[in-house]
Amino acid sequence: MMKKELGLFLLLAVISAITGAINPAFLSFVNLLNMANLIGLFGVFALGEGLVIITGGIDLSLGSMFALLGVVFIDLLTTYQVPWPLALLLVLMGGLALGGIQGFLITRLKMQPFIVTLCGLLIYRGAARYYTSDSTRGFGYGDEASTLSNIASGNVAGIPNTFIFLIILALILGVLLHRSVYGRWLYAVGKNEEAARFSGINTNIVIATAYVISGGLAGVSTVMFVFYTNSVSPSSFGNFYELYAIAAAVLGGCSLRGGEGSILGIVLGTALLQVLQNLVNILGIPNSLNFAVMGTVILIGVLADQQLQARRRRKAALAGLARTAPKSKENTRLQNAAPHGAAALPTTTSDQA
Amino acid sequence: MAETLLELSAISKTYPGVRALDDVNLRVCRGEVLGLIGENGAGKSTLMRVLAGVIAPSAGAIRIGGNEHSRMTVSEATQCGIAFVHQELNLFENLDVAANVFIGREKLAGGPLKLVNNAEMHARVTPLLDRLGADFTPGTLVENLSIAERQMVEIAKALSIDARVIIMDEPTSSLTISETERLLEVIADLKAHGISVIYISHRLGEIMSCADRVVVLRDGRTVGELARDELSHAAMIRLMIGRDLKALYTPPAHAPQPGGCDIAGVVTTAFPDRQINLSVRRGEILGLAGLVGAGRTSLARAVFGVDPLLGGEIRVDNMPVGVASPRDAIRQGIYLVPEDRKKSGLVLELPIRENVTLASLLDQARMWLVNGTAERKIAKDQARRLSIKAPSVDIEVVTLSGGNQQKVVLGKWLSMQPRVMFFDEPTRGIDVGAKSEIYALMRSLADQGVAIVMISSDMEEVIGVSDRVAVMHEGSVSGVLERDQFSEYNVLRLAVGQALETMEAAAP
Repeated sequence: MMKKELGLFLLLAVISAITGAINPAFLSFVNLLNMANLIGLFGVFALGEGLVIITGGIDLSLGSMFALLGVVFIDLLTTYQVPWPLALLLVLMGGLALGGIQGFLITRLKMQPFIVTLCGLLIYRGAARYYTSDSTRGFGYGDEASTLSNIASGNVAGIPNTFIFLIILALILGVLLHRSVYGRWLYAVGKNEEAARFSGINTNIVIATAYVISGGLAGVSTVMFVFYTNSVSPSSFGNFYELYAIAAAVLGGCSLRGGEGSILGIVLGTALLQVLQNLVNILGIPNSLNFAVMGTVILIGVLADQQLQARRRRKAALAGLARTAPKSKENTRLQNAAPHGAAALPTTTSDQA
Repeated sequence: MAETLLELSAISKTYPGVRALDDVNLRVCRGEVLGLIGENGAGKSTLMRVLAGVIAPSAGAIRIGGNEHSRMTVSEATQCGIAFVHQELNLFENLDVAANVFIGREKLAGGPLKLVNNAEMHARVTPLLDRLGADFTPGTLVENLSIAERQMVEIAKALSIDARVIIMDEPTSSLTISETERLLEVIADLKAHGISVIYISHRLGEIMSCADRVVVLRDGRTVGELARDELSHAAMIRLMIGRDLKALYTPPAHAPQPGGCDIAGVVTTAFPDRQINLSVRRGEILGLAGLVGAGRTSLARAVFGVDPLLGGEIRVDNMPVGVASPRDAIRQGIYLVPEDRKKSGLVLELPIRENVTLASLLDQARMWLVNGTAERKIAKDQARRLSIKAPSVDIEVVTLSGGNQQKVVLGKWLSMQPRVMFFDEPTRGIDVGAKSEIYALMRSLADQGVAIVMISSDMEEVIGVSDRVAVMHEGSVSGVLERDQFSEYNVLRLAVGQALETMEAAAP
C-alpha cells in the first residue's frame, strides 16, 4: 500500500534533484514557495476528485464549477456588497449543492458519472458566461473582503496559506479515507458495489457523499483561485482544471476502475504535476511542450505501476501456491520473494526519471 | 430410425478432484428427438458441451457422419451440423435478427471493402423465419423480442448452417405454456424434416410429449435408456435417483423452538403471479430444494431486501419486519450467504480482516472511526473459530481457496447476531473437507437458536443436512417433507410439480 507512495516520492525527489542540479534557480526559496502555492491551489480539489475516482466514478465538472461559483462569489462581494463570511458560506453551499445534484443523478437515477459531470461541465460554463454576458468580473479598487483575501492568498512565515489549507484538508480527508468507517465503505463500494450492498452498506449514500465532498472542495478552491487571479473571466477561468485533478489522482495511484488510491498519493501526484510544469519553465523547454511533458510522465508512471502490480500479483499467487506446499519450501520462497519485490521498485522508478 | 447420425462412445471428462462424465455412451438417430434427463449436476450440460466442441473430453470418441474425432472444436462441430440452442441465449441484443443468424459468417459485398451485405442476409433469413412460423422480420432488433422469439432466432441460426442435430438445453425454462406448445410444434416440424433434436429438460411432461427415446444420466454416468413406449414419470424418476446417501445427518440438540421466520404470501419479481408460504423455526435447518430456476434464489433475495417484495409479509419471531434493503434485513438479524460469493459475498481485493468486519464496522466504531484493535480481534476470532487457512488475516481474500473464501463470508455474519440465515448453495465449488465443516457450523448455529434456510441443488446435501425439506416448483412451494418422508424420489417428485400422494401409490 505504501510502496506506491514511496515510489512516487522518490520519483519526485529524483526529478527535483536533477532539475536543481541543472538550474539551481529551481531550488531557490522564491521558486519553492511559488510551487507550494500552486500545489495548494491545485491540490485541494484534486483530493475531492480522488474520492470520486475511488468510487469508480469521475468528476469532469470541476473547472466549470470554479467559473460559475467564481462569478457568483465576486458578484456577491462587489455588486451586492454581501459581507464576506456570508458570501464564503454561500459559495461553499453552492459547491456542496452542485455535488449533491450530480450525486443524486448518478446514484438514484442511475446515470453514468461521465455523462452527468460532462453535462455539468457544459451547463455550469454556459451559466457562468450567460450570467456575466461573457464579461470578466473582478474586484474594483475598493477593499471588499480584504480580510478574506488575506486569508486566502496570504502566507504564514512565508509559507503560502493555500499550501497550509491543503495540508489541513489532506489531514482531515486522510483520517476520513484511511481511518473512518466511511473511508472503508468507499473502498469496498469502489471495488465491489454489489458485495458492499449485500453487507448492508447504503452504497448510494456512500457514492453520493463523495460527489458532495468533491463539490464542497470545489467551492473552497473557487475562493482560493479568485483571490489568486483577482478576477474571473467566465469563458476561461478554470478551463481543463478537472483534468489536472484527474491526472494528479491517477498519478497518485488512483485506479479509474475504483477502489484504489490514497490521500498522500493524490497530494504527491499534484506536487509532481506542478514540479513538471515548473521544470518546463526553469529548464527553458518550450512552453508549448508543457502538456506533452505532463502526458508523457503520466503515461510512463501508470504503465510502470501496472507492470509492478502484475509482478506483485504473480508473486502473491506463487506464495499462495507455496502455502499449500510443504512448510520448509514455503519459507524459502517467501524469503526470496520479499527483498526481490522491494528491490524492484526503486530500479523501475529511476528508469522513469 | 435405424440410421445412426452421431455416436458418442465412452466419453469421460475429469476435472481436478471431480469426475464430471464417466464412460458415457450416447447415440442419436436421424430425425429423432432424444430426451436427455438427470438431476442438477448429473453431467447433461457437460456432455453437450463436449458435443458442441466447447470442452474437450478426457477420453472417448465422437463419431459423426462416418468420421471419428477424439475431440471437436466449435468450428468442427458446426461443420458437422451440430447446433446449440443455449440455456442462456447467446444473442447480441443490439443487432438485428439477420445479423445474429449470420454472426461471424456475414455475407459480404463490395469486394476488398468487405462491406456487410444486409440485403442478402435478410433475404436468406426470411424463409427460415417463415418455416418456424415466426411473426417478426429479419430486421427486428433482438432486444425487442421475447425470450420465446429469441429462441426462434437461435433455431433459425441452427437451420442456416444446415444443422443435422440441434441441442436444446432447458429451452422452456422461461417460456409460457402456449410458447412451450409452439416450441414443441417446431420440434415436431424439425423432426419431420429429418433433423435430430437433443432435448434436455427437467420438465418430464414435455419429455413425454416430444421424445422418441430418453437417456438418463446420473453422477456423470448413463444409467438407463427408455424407448418411447416405456416412458412414464415414475420410470424416469426411478432412473434419475438411486444414489446411496451417506449418513451426514446430525440431529439437532433440542427440538425447534417457537419463533423463527415466517414467510407469508410473499410475491417475488421472478414469479409475480405466485405466492410463497414458508416457515422455519429457531433451531431448525430447513432445506429448500427445487430445480434451477424454481424461484428459490429470488425468494432469498427478496427476504434479504435485494429485490423488492411485491406482496406478502415477512415475520421474525412473530413480529412483522420491513426489508426494503439488505441494510434493513441485517438490522433485523436476517443474513444471506449468497450463491455467488465472489460477486456478492466478498470484496476479493480486500483482506480477510476487512471482509469479515464489513457489515459490522460501524457497530464497533467510535465517532465513525474504525477501531483497529477490535476489528483485528473480531477477524482473528472468526478465523480461528472457522479454521480459515491463511497465514494472517491481512491476506487478500482473492488468494484463498473456495472453501476458505466461503468461511470468510460466514465469518462476516457470525461476528454479528444472526436470527435467520439463508444459505444459498453454501457448498458449491467447495472441497469435501470444507463441506463437512460448513455443515457442522450450520448445525451449531441452529443449536444456538438461529433459524436456517439452506437452498441447495445437491440432493445429498438436502437430504443429509436438513431437518425438514421444502420443495419449490415454478415459483411456489409445492410441498414440505418431514424427515421420515425424506427420499430423493419424493424431493424430485415435488420438484417437477407432481403431487406426493399419487407418487406414493405409484412407487414400487
